[in-house]
Amino acid sequence: MKFDKYEWTAISIMVSLFILVGFIQGWSVSLVILNMCIISAIMTMGVNISWGYAGVINFGVMGFLAMGGLAAVLVSYPPIKEAWQVGGSGLGISFILLIVLVTAVFFITKLVEKKSHKYWLNGLVILFGLIIIRYFFLNATAKIEEVDPALAGFLGGANLPIIFSWVVGGFFAGGVAFVIGKVALGLRSDYLAIVTLGISEIVVSVLKHEEWLSRGVKNVIGLKRPVPYEINLQNSEWFINIVTWFNSSKLNNIIDPEKKQEVLTNLIIDGSGIFVKLNYALLFFIVMIVIYYFANKAQISPWGRMMRAIRDNEVSANAMGKDIVKQHLIIFVIGAAIVGVAGAMLVTLDGLFTPSGYRPLRFTFIIWIMVIVGGSGNNLGAIFGGFVIWFAWIEVAPLTTFLIEVFTSGMDPQNAIRLHLLDSVPYFRYLLMGMVLLLILRYRPKGIIPEKVRHS
Amino acid sequence: MIDFINSIVVLLNFVIIPGLSYGSQLALGALGVTFVYAVLRFANFAHGELMSFGAMITILFTWFFQSQNIGLGLLPTAIIALPFGILATIILGLLSDKFVFKYYRKQKSVPVVLAMVSIGVMFVVNAIIRIVVGTETIKFSDGQKFIMKAKQFKAMTGLNEGLALKSSQVITILITILLLTFTFWFLQKTKTGKSMRAFSDNEDLALLSGINPDRVVFITWLIVGTLACVAGTLYGLDKSYKPIIYLNLVLPVFASAIVGGIGSPFGAVVGGYVIAFSEIMVTYAYKKFFKYLLPESLEPSSLVQLLSTDYKFAVSFTILVIVLLIRPSGIFKGKVL
Repeated sequence: MKFDKYEWTAISIMVSLFILVGFIQGWSVSLVILNMCIISAIMTMGVNISWGYAGVINFGVMGFLAMGGLAAVLVSYPPIKEAWQVGGSGLGISFILLIVLVTAVFFITKLVEKKSHKYWLNGLVILFGLIIIRYFFLNATAKIEEVDPALAGFLGGANLPIIFSWVVGGFFAGGVAFVIGKVALGLRSDYLAIVTLGISEIVVSVLKHEEWLSRGVKNVIGLKRPVPYEINLQNSEWFINIVTWFNSSKLNNIIDPEKKQEVLTNLIIDGSGIFVKLNYALLFFIVMIVIYYFANKAQISPWGRMMRAIRDNEVSANAMGKDIVKQHLIIFVIGAAIVGVAGAMLVTLDGLFTPSGYRPLRFTFIIWIMVIVGGSGNNLGAIFGGFVIWFAWIEVAPLTTFLIEVFTSGMDPQNAIRLHLLDSVPYFRYLLMGMVLLLILRYRPKGIIPEKVRHS
Repeated sequence: MIDFINSIVVLLNFVIIPGLSYGSQLALGALGVTFVYAVLRFANFAHGELMSFGAMITILFTWFFQSQNIGLGLLPTAIIALPFGILATIILGLLSDKFVFKYYRKQKSVPVVLAMVSIGVMFVVNAIIRIVVGTETIKFSDGQKFIMKAKQFKAMTGLNEGLALKSSQVITILITILLLTFTFWFLQKTKTGKSMRAFSDNEDLALLSGINPDRVVFITWLIVGTLACVAGTLYGLDKSYKPIIYLNLVLPVFASAIVGGIGSPFGAVVGGYVIAFSEIMVTYAYKKFFKYLLPESLEPSSLVQLLSTDYKFAVSFTILVIVLLIRPSGIFKGKVL
């Protein structure tokens, strides 16, 4: 991982921005932004792998994130035994029937020769199969949803440490991506964009309404954490010692012991929050570096070269005997899996799963802006884009408030326009994002840190 | 016999009339997308926001007229405000073309880049809308709400089931018929329309035969702005105006355009109705309908609903995927106006 001068500048600007925020708005704020920045960077790397390496468009980011989030719930939540008892067998039967149905369709497609017959037969089999499955399925889910609806009402999970879900989330998202890719990857890029966007909406609406699986709009709260809880830290000896040691000079200046204790308690409460966030940051950072390392390795490998060849000239790559459909599928799945990892991490960070929170503007288009602004085809660029855009997304609100106050300082403080503008501060971030995207696409279409052209 | 008529009335009231009005809104939206796609050659993700923008301007003018006590009596005030909304939407479209899309057209960028650019435009317009009117739901329909209430219908015909006819639905269908007739007449009969079709069919050949591309683009935005504003306003009038809804609406609109065969205006209209009707028919509970048709012993105990209404949205996409798999060019072969 050798960076050139330009890349070092970008990195150091980013680091100094976080330090600046740390001093002005407090370290806790700075770390909150940093954590989301790292997760965003992982999402952008996922998108970058499919779009930047191979030119496969993936507007389904939101859906894959939601699948990752689902993994976090299913891995870490304790299983609800009662729900399994009442609904488990029904679900099992419908699952087996589904497999039977899929095999039947598979064989019909294989065995029946005539195309029109095939469609009709398949249609009929699927229709009747679904009606039968629906009967068992709806019975089972209705029973499951009746189990203690205020607290449970779903199957629960596997009660494993939530950190495993990061891998599982990758598999979930990858699995969904495999199905989508099989169906849609043959389409032209702008069709593919619309189809992936639509399928991600379907995924989210399934998660929203299949309450037996994800609790739906009732949300899952209180997920386990991979890091210690603040309250435990505040009561543990070693942590208090560390805080005392860190602030020893400050504490030594205070003579009054009662006041000293008060200051120390405050410091410990602040410190525990920061310590937890720091732990998250460290975990996320490790994941980011690992993904970055492998993504870079893959990019400069012969496989990465083949991907670039497919991206730049599909026809000649095809003529060289590369299986384009298969490679597109592979890279689509890999990209989606990385996004799924980020999705699981996102839910881990929040500690709750809210399916209705997945909106395309926030979870698909912003991620794409990150990739384009950062520099598609360059992993560091993608990471940088994730950091810069998320940083701007958060920090633009205080900045806008400040700017509006400056520009309207001549007005009466109760002026209607001024009040309206101050009310709509949160919406200026959309304006900024749009402008940034348009300006970058116009004047620096390869992004801030462009892809390196390799001659090898 | 009475039972049969009753069941038909149920279907009319809950499926056919809502389907027609929602389908009209989708058809107008999809027609706009199709025009951009056929002439300017990209998938315009900003189209939903264009619709929303038009509706917003119409609402602002409606408020103005209402405050001046200007109205149409029984009809909603929005109808007099609509021309101003159309004008503003056209101006927005032309501005976005001049400052954003034109550059990429001259560069002959690939369609995907233009789609990305349209996402940038989407964000900007979205922000403008939110800054101006916020994100709250706005109801701006006034005048008489119903042309025929369910009770009136029952009294008139003596049937068990009522048929309610909302004025917004009738207005939607009438305006759509008017606008569609005009658009197709324009495309088929006028010289400008023919030059547009030629341009979308084969750009180089059209340029060689002396068609002015700037004029074609200008007229395209005129049509697109009109269609978008009318579609957005009618949707807002029928349901209620909520800025966030239009981003979701862009997906069924795209689905309609693609299902009908993207680039084909007639296909877009048909696609709009196909999507609307399938969304409503798949999620409608047919219990009441069958109650009248079947003998009492066979009366269904469940709701007879294929999918719960929560999945309304997913239906349009499932259809989209199926159409793309079986007939990738859409119902009517697309790509040409």
